Amino acid sequence: MSTTDTAETQQAERTLQVYRVYIKVAPEKVWQAITDPEWNGRYGYGAPQFFELRPGGSYRSTASEEMRKVSDEMGYGIPDVVVDGEVLEAHPPRKLVQTFRMLMSPDAAADGFTQLTYEISEVAPGVSRLTVTHDVTGAPSLAAVVAGAYEDQGGGGGGGWAWILSDLKSLLETGSVLAA
Amino acid sequence: MDDDRVFKALADPTRRLLLDRLFVRDGQTLTELESAVEMTRYGVMKHLKVLEEAGLVVPRRSGREKLHFLNPVPIRLIHDRWIDKYTERHAAALVDLKNELEGQS
Repeated sequence: MSTTDTAETQQAERTLQVYRVYIKVAPEKVWQAITDPEWNGRYGYGAPQFFELRPGGSYRSTASEEMRKVSDEMGYGIPDVVVDGEVLEAHPPRKLVQTFRMLMSPDAAADGFTQLTYEISEVAPGVSRLTVTHDVTGAPSLAAVVAGAYEDQGGGGGGGWAWILSDLKSLLETGSVLAA
Repeated sequence: MDDDRVFKALADPTRRLLLDRLFVRDGQTLTELESAVEMTRYGVMKHLKVLEEAGLVVPRRSGREKLHFLNPVPIRLIHDRWIDKYTERHAAALVDLKNELEGQS
């Protein structure tokens, strides 16, 4: 086995989830909807996300009112910061790479940091293609959550990335989210 | 990405089988997918191209290889466009009923 073969074997063993959606707005709007807490708390899980958009900058997402309410009703606590991580690359409005650790449940938190990449390209004037690649290698609990495995259980499990991106498309193209 | 392409892509049993294979294990090469179906390499390539054009498969380069990933978003968009949360509950109940009846046979 050459070193090249070993490197390719390791590459092949990574667990990636890839999601792609086309949205009829310019890349700048998609970038804003992902990185600006005024926007990113309005779709999907509804938890605002705060980015320091530079390599080494911090990333955190705080619990939404809805999350707190549901958790209180069920008699469980919820951490203030539900997801944390670090910004690795920020090239507005084309590419964002970050680490991502979910703190909502002990299982997901134990999975540790994963790597998340957003890529935005303009495929026609005013039409963006957003590709989300989540490297969930060694993070089985988080992988199940972001794949939408718990959606039909209710309780805010949500439909994962496919649901988030569908909701984002709805918000940007129609001005309202799906649940509204 | 328009719905027509998604419906057309899903209308073929071989293409649905390829998606099923990717659901079981994501990120496969053409060679790996080829082994799943009784078809020439060229035939599988043509089907994958239709799936890519419909957005149901997203290719990614990994070294010298091209890996194919299942993208569920187009199906999700059709689901969200056509089934609201109320009809979904009825549909889920019917699916449960069907499973229960078939399980009893």
